[in-house]
Amino acid sequence: MQEQQHIKLPEGSIGKQTTTLNLGPTHPATHGVMQNILELDGERVVSTEQTIGYIHRAFEKLAERRPLFQITPITDRLNYCSSPINNMGWHITCEKLLGVKTPKRVDYLRVIIMELARIADHLICNSIVGVDSGAFTGFLYVMQYRELIYEIYEEVCGSRLTTNIGRIGGFERNFSNAAFEKIQKFLDEYPAVLKEFENLFTRNRIFMERTIGSGGISAERALNYGFTGPNLRAAGVDYDVRVHSPYSSYEDFEFDVPVGSTGDNYDRFLVRNAEMWQSLRIIEQAFRRVQEFKGAEADVYHADAPAYYLPDKKDVYTKMEALIYHFKIIMGETEIPKGEVYQSVEGANGELGYYLISDGGRTPFRLHFRRPCFIYYQAYPELIKGSMLADAVITMSSLNLIAGELDA
Amino acid sequence: MEITNEYIQQRLTEKFGDQVTGFEEPYGMLTFEAPKELNLKVLQFLYDDEVLKFRFLTDLCAVHYPEQPGRELAVVYHLHNLENNVRVRFKVFAPIAAPDVFSATALFSAANWMERETYDFFGVNFVGHPNLKRILNVDEMDYFPLRKEYPLEDQTRIDKDDEMFGRG
Repeated sequence: MQEQQHIKLPEGSIGKQTTTLNLGPTHPATHGVMQNILELDGERVVSTEQTIGYIHRAFEKLAERRPLFQITPITDRLNYCSSPINNMGWHITCEKLLGVKTPKRVDYLRVIIMELARIADHLICNSIVGVDSGAFTGFLYVMQYRELIYEIYEEVCGSRLTTNIGRIGGFERNFSNAAFEKIQKFLDEYPAVLKEFENLFTRNRIFMERTIGSGGISAERALNYGFTGPNLRAAGVDYDVRVHSPYSSYEDFEFDVPVGSTGDNYDRFLVRNAEMWQSLRIIEQAFRRVQEFKGAEADVYHADAPAYYLPDKKDVYTKMEALIYHFKIIMGETEIPKGEVYQSVEGANGELGYYLISDGGRTPFRLHFRRPCFIYYQAYPELIKGSMLADAVITMSSLNLIAGELDA
Repeated sequence: MEITNEYIQQRLTEKFGDQVTGFEEPYGMLTFEAPKELNLKVLQFLYDDEVLKFRFLTDLCAVHYPEQPGRELAVVYHLHNLENNVRVRFKVFAPIAAPDVFSATALFSAANWMERETYDFFGVNFVGHPNLKRILNVDEMDYFPLRKEYPLEDQTRIDKDDEMFGRG
């Protein structure tokens, strides 16, 4: 006997009695504001309807009225778990458009910060996968080291989460000794912690049972869905922007690109863990190279681009040119050369792209963010179709959905 | 083999003649345009070709050029050949009065939401899209906010009671 459904079911419903469940928009398991209307047959997911846009802030429109340097704080709020990568990506895009060449030391300092951000992001994602599968310990344990990374940001730029780190052309000031000490401390202590974190999960019977075989995707489908980053690499495609189109001197470093094979939650977890080890390797190399700069080179922290990089405050008071540039930059009166540029960086979630069109005015004519989250989240219904409700939750957290990046 | 921009241009011209125009290389990325009726044919050709293999849709978005009568809306595709690591940028232009462009969803699943986003902000009507409705904005919205005729709020306006936000 078939009963009358009281709730309008999403398309593709089957004839028998099913349950409709609202997962989100504010649910502890969604880790952000997004809604999924799941149609459940018992505990199995039959279909999913997604609603996003709850924290849409019209960044692309806002950017059309701002001078370039005022767009950096907007990029913070895309993937706010690793804002430095977004900031650096934006600076690199601007530098490409403006034709600013950054010194090697700036590149290496950027690499250190970006890789720290990647570790912070992966750390949160992986430990949240643990939380959603019932293992809280790892999450609390590694939080301490995310805190240390945030302290490093704080030493470098003064803020922690939405960092607004760096400037077009480099950094606003040189790294302090405290910053270097903290980076050294991180390099010394973190490997043991990461090892312990892996011990907690990687061969944990319960964790393996929960994650192996759930939320999988083939390489072909992943490519068709526009997956990038760890999610694509977990499916077995070794595409990494840092290797394919190196930016910020990534070609100077030696690191591996870890790949998985099945693209399921377990593989995504392993790939992220392996990437943290590679990030550590990169930070170590970059740190060593930064220490190797001697003499005047050791104090370089920005490119020579007076029209775009704010002059020293003491110069502003004493030198005419510095005063003019300072005024023009702050008032947003610097003309941007006409051009069209696409630049991408390897964000923690995948290829984070900036498509910037300038018509020669003072603000971008059009700025589009390629947000990896937004693009791969549309595969979610396919990933969880036919799986258990509890697996749907883990799949969502192991995709590393960040609402800020999803909604722009 | 290495795929150069000249080679891609040559192949496209062989296949589509003078239909494909506007070849440029801003900052090294080959950019070209085609009539909007041909967008799927060009995408399919780039996808299927055994050498070109542009099988990864990196990005899809639109741009509004109010000063170009008859071709105000540009739909921009960024395509990537992952094997040889080559990128191209492909544009089609549509008049704002009838912004109908064929949907690329059959070729790329990724195009689904990107086209919805483009529709949401620019009102480009993707013909053949399975579920063309707003994605980030509210369904009740009756305009397309990223078009240039909708300016941002005047920052110096004083008629608004914004005391709570420190502007009053």
